[in-house]
Amino acid sequence: MNRGASSPDDDSTARRAGSGEPVRQKPPARRVERNWTPTLISIFSVVVVFGAAAWFIGRAEQWPRIRRQFFNWDAMVASFPKVLDGFWLNLKVWGICIVAIGVWALVLTLFRVLKGPWLAPLRVFAIVYVDFFRGMPALLLIVLFGFGIPALRLPGLPSSALFWGIVAITLSYAAYATEVYRSGIDAVHDGQRAAAKSLGLTQLQAMRYAILPQAFRNVLPALLNLAIALQKDVAILSILGIRDAVREAEIYKSQTFNYSSYMVAAILFLVTTIPLARLVDYLTRRDRRRRLQGGMI
Amino acid sequence: MPRILVEQLTKYYGDKLVLDGIDLSISAHEVVALIGASGSGKSTLLRCINRLVDFDAGRILLDGIPIDDESFGANGLYRRIGIVFQSFNLFPHLSVLQNITLAPRKVHGVPRREANEAARALLAMFGMADCVAQYPEQLSGGQQQRVAIIRSLATNPDVLLLDEVTGALDPELIGEVLKIIRDLKDKGMTMVIVTHEMGFARDVSDRVCFLEGGRILEESPPRELFSRPRHPRTQKFLERIIAAGRL
Repeated sequence: MNRGASSPDDDSTARRAGSGEPVRQKPPARRVERNWTPTLISIFSVVVVFGAAAWFIGRAEQWPRIRRQFFNWDAMVASFPKVLDGFWLNLKVWGICIVAIGVWALVLTLFRVLKGPWLAPLRVFAIVYVDFFRGMPALLLIVLFGFGIPALRLPGLPSSALFWGIVAITLSYAAYATEVYRSGIDAVHDGQRAAAKSLGLTQLQAMRYAILPQAFRNVLPALLNLAIALQKDVAILSILGIRDAVREAEIYKSQTFNYSSYMVAAILFLVTTIPLARLVDYLTRRDRRRRLQGGMI
Repeated sequence: MPRILVEQLTKYYGDKLVLDGIDLSISAHEVVALIGASGSGKSTLLRCINRLVDFDAGRILLDGIPIDDESFGANGLYRRIGIVFQSFNLFPHLSVLQNITLAPRKVHGVPRREANEAARALLAMFGMADCVAQYPEQLSGGQQQRVAIIRSLATNPDVLLLDEVTGALDPELIGEVLKIIRDLKDKGMTMVIVTHEMGFARDVSDRVCFLEGGRILEESPPRELFSRPRHPRTQKFLERIIAAGRL
């Protein structure tokens, strides 16, 4: 972790130690004075710009009304327990969707990439599937499945709107995830396939033991980005009447005509997505470093 | 009976003829070097022998049985013929031990303990016992290539194909890889070697084949081919090699 934050000072010592020069007993204690001016300017300019913005907004004639409507502390506290309850549902649905999408997209990817004339129907299915579900608005699918299928009252099928909403999200997101997986598989060097084949591995064994583990590592940041987008799209299920965070906030609003409950929901979403976004940044950085160091393709 | 017999092997890449009626016979325990300029077809010939690529006409026999014969099953041929690549192609997410035991365990059903023991013994035999738990990216190029050779030996093949195995190595690392190949020759391994290391081809091989345009133009014991090449093309090729200081 510390490596990213190392000062130029550490770096030059490391390089000196790595080179073949005769080892000096002790490197001369060269203390480089850190120049604080740029840092101070940065802090100063940030404080000035955002301070000025806050001052202007706070002075605006409409501000007290906005604050009362959106940032009313009492309303936020009052609505918090219900909205949090709803948010737990968001998280649960999110988790279920991640697993379902991961598995279904993997199946579709295998349909798409396995070679052999007899597997052509599977390939065609995967191609048509991805084209279709990537081209459909998630909202449309959710309404279609969440309202439409329960209305059919088909015997033997679940009639819960939540269930069909999850199915709709899974079908839609799996199309994207399939393309992500596939790009990761394409990025694995051809030599790996040749090596797997020459060792006698079947196509599926080569996938499982040689190609997919590398492909997965290639696309982990992209998959996490998809998971972040998914976390927000789970909120669309509220239109089916499912009492998630957004729905609970709406219920509070309709009772009090105060929008602060929406802000509570907004904050809850941000609290979960921002750390995830930082994790993606970190993984991407680590990946690039590994690639720059690594001798292997 | 020759261990490997290649008859009238012909192969096109699209419209381009890359192998033009190759005939080649390799006895058990023989080491044959294939030399020639880039694009002469030597790597393709090698990859045809273990069916990494398909060919268009002719046939290849292993101990008298066509390599596409059903009796080999799905992976029998790959157990009998190993190949090592220029770019090592170790699996970067697997440790050295896992790289070596993957095929024995998953393809040939050898129990884990047995496969691990065999792999450790092989590593020790070639002086690489220290690397057992390391990952490919922690090894030097020469070490990686030696692991790749050991990986191809883990299924006890009868024939080893070496495809420019020193081509991606720094000069100071080539020696350690060549030493393994010499050891294998001493143990009686049948090998087909595609190489640009002419000195090595001369020292280690029993026979050298010079390829150009998908054909074997000249085929003789190394001492003869390198000192008294008969074909004018071979002479020209060797002159260029000597001028480049590679012999």
